[in-house]
Formats: sequence, structure tokens, C-alpha cells
Amino acid sequence: MIKERKISLQGQDHKLSHTDRQISILENLAQVSFADQLEGLGQSSFKPTGIDVFQVNMGKMCNQVCKHCHVDAGPDRKEIMTRETMQLCLDALDQSDISTVDLTGGAPEMNPDFRWFVEELSSRGKHIIVRCNLTIILANKKYHDLPEFYKKNKVEVVSSLPHFSARRTDAQRGNGVFEKSIEALKMLNAVGYGLPDAELKLNLVYNPSGAFLPANQAGLEADFKRKLKEGFGIDFHELYAITNLPISRFLDYLVASENYEDYMQKLIDAFNPAAVDGVMCRNTISIGWDGYLFDCDFNQMLDLKINHGAPSHIRNFNTDLLSSREIILNNHCYGCTAGAGSSCGGTVVNEG
Amino acid sequence: MEKSYYDPKDLKKFGNISELQPKLGKKFFDYYGEVFKEGALTQREKSLIALAVSHAVQCPYCIDAYTADSLEKGADETQMMEAIHVAAAIKSGAVLVHGVQMMNKIDDLTM
Repeated sequence: MIKERKISLQGQDHKLSHTDRQISILENLAQVSFADQLEGLGQSSFKPTGIDVFQVNMGKMCNQVCKHCHVDAGPDRKEIMTRETMQLCLDALDQSDISTVDLTGGAPEMNPDFRWFVEELSSRGKHIIVRCNLTIILANKKYHDLPEFYKKNKVEVVSSLPHFSARRTDAQRGNGVFEKSIEALKMLNAVGYGLPDAELKLNLVYNPSGAFLPANQAGLEADFKRKLKEGFGIDFHELYAITNLPISRFLDYLVASENYEDYMQKLIDAFNPAAVDGVMCRNTISIGWDGYLFDCDFNQMLDLKINHGAPSHIRNFNTDLLSSREIILNNHCYGCTAGAGSSCGGTVVNEG
Repeated sequence: MEKSYYDPKDLKKFGNISELQPKLGKKFFDYYGEVFKEGALTQREKSLIALAVSHAVQCPYCIDAYTADSLEKGADETQMMEAIHVAAAIKSGAVLVHGVQMMNKIDDLTM
């Protein structure tokens, strides 16, 4: 078990805060590479199906320092998206028909222009998703009205809650996080989020709190619903089970706990060709806090920018070029194709 | 390497038992695979049973395997420890219930 963190890897000047070091570990794989695995399926070229989701990373600043965070976010991270870059995002959206905007971080709400951006998106009729860590709602008085703000702008809230037990949640996200998360969920329920048949969507995210794959999503969802309702009177809609990808702090945990090789083997053994078509990079574009473009949030954190002739910065956004781009692959991609598959919306293969 | 009867790496070689007797080995693994499929019991319930039995038969390989498997099937620590207590209760009960046999024998042998 590793100690609770107070600052990011970058703040410690940890060797894994350098992306080239992470990539070197990922590429040093004895087994077949992910790209070769796809080539074996006749997919030597891996392209998107289009762009349905515009995922914006509002910055790496966060009030939490979760042990598995692939962003390496934390209170000591200062990188946040400026209003000028947000305006470039709005300009790009205005010249496309992308309907869903997914806001993530860090804690996106800590960006001082977060509310302005949400209101701009709302006025354009976009379906807005905010990836909320829950505790931010209680972190400071100025955030206490976030549930009302979300409601006013019809935001879909996707909240991380690793487990329905305090022990498992606090182990991953920090001491006291479970209790605060429960309080925040009650605040969201109180304004109408997550209630059965409510239009205000509240979905939860489960990440395994260790070097193992997520369980069957439907089974977990049933457990979470029962435990949160019986224990705390909390309602929510769907549970997304997401696999931890070997990036940044989770990679650090894997290496430090000597689980890296076994975990990668587990991902490779669980490679599911049926999950390949549904991975999120096929219909998503990921925008970094500084406006650079990536195939997904994980490529963003490895600084694997979009290339092969497609624009790599939001100021040059071009739907046609980006829709026909070549998706950049590395061995962390095994995380999205293991078992039932994993994306920002949970598993990608119907588990029956 | 330190000499030991149990080496965690040997768990990965479990399938090798078929090498010396392929026909019986195959029958065993087919059966094993079938047992752990979702059925009247969920895969998680089966994993917790396997975890409890692993402790009862004191198999270190099985304990490693079904600790990991139980976590992957979504069980939490409390459920897993409860499963072990079930095994412990049955094992201790199995010892104690033989006390009845002892008591019967005492009756046979004493006035």
C-alpha cells in the first residue's frame, strides 16, 4: 500500500512526471505491442468514426491528489485553460456540428472561467458533461451552489466514487473523501439530480482501487445502487466502470508496488477485439488546457499530440482533417480494450 | 532464490499439469472452467466461495488467485473476510461436532 499523496509527481520532480520516461516504460514490453495487436486484426490504420464528443481539459488544478490520477492533478498544479483558449474552443464548436462537450480536469470547477464557459456552451444548446470529483462542492463556500448552477445549465454530472465503502474510496482518493462525497451526492439529489426518471443526469464512475480490472458493470451498478440507497438514501442513474490505464500516478503505483508487469500481462491477456470499435478515441477529440489536440485524455497526459497532417492545436481546428486523422497508439491503449472495454462512458461491450 | 515448497510463480504453470496426462488434464480444466461460469450463482459468489475454500484447504496458490479474482469480481474486503469466517466456522464446527462422537465413545466406555 502506498502512502497518501499531498502533492503531484511533478511537484516532487518525480522521474515519472516526465512523459518520455513513462513512454519508455510502456514501450519496453516483452509481449506484442498494441499496434501490432491491431495489425493482426487487419487494422494497420486506426481512424476515428467522426467527432461526437469534444472533451476539454480545463486544467490540472485539483483539490484532491488521488493515487491513481492519470492527469497527475493536485492543488500544486497551476496549469489551467485561459478564457482565450476557451474562446478558441467555442469558435471551433461554432464551425462544427459537435453536440456534446465533456469538461474534465483536475477539478474543472477550479478554473475561474469555468462558469463563463459553461454558460457560453449552454447558450449554444450543447449537451454539457462535467466530470465532478464531488468534494469540490464542499471544498469552499464559493462552490456550494454548484448543484444549482449545474441544474440551471442542464449539465450532466459524472462523478467519481471508487467504492461504496469509505475504506476503499479513501484509500484511492484520500482520507475523508468518502464522507464528503456522500454529502455532495446528497446536495445533488436535493436539487433533483440522479432521482429516478429525472432529466438531471447524475452518473457515477468506478475505478478499481488497485492492480486489477473492473468487475461487471451491471453487477457493480446494482451493488452501488443498493448500498448507497440503503446506507445514505442516495439515488443516481448509471455507474461507469473504468479501467485504470498505466499512466502517470497509476503507473507509479504499479511500478512501486511491483505490479506493473503482471498488470500489463493482465491487460494483454484480456485484450478483447470486440472492444476495439467502441473505444472513445474513435468519436472524441481531447483538448488540453493549452489548446493542443489529442486523441484522448490519456494521450494528452503522455503528450502524444495529434499529428499525421491533422491540426494539433484548437486554433487550427478542422473537422474534416481531424475526422480522417490517424489515431496515435501506444501500449497504454491495452487498458481501453481489456475485458468489456473501457471509455469515459464506462464499458464498451455489452456484457449480456 | 530462497528454497521454498511454494513459489508464487508456479501458479502460472498450473496448466502444465496437463503435459503428463493430457486427457485427464483437459477434462479437469474443462470442468473447472464450466464450474466458474455465471450460473445459478453469480461469478462473484463463486469467487467468494472459492476464496473461502482456498483457506479451508490451505492452498496459497488458490488464496492468491481468488483474492485477486474476488477483487476483480467487485467484492470488497468485508465480504472477503466474511467468506473466510464462514470457512473458519465450518472448520472449527467440523472439529467440535466430532466431540459428539467422543462423548458417545465416553458413554460406551464408562459406567
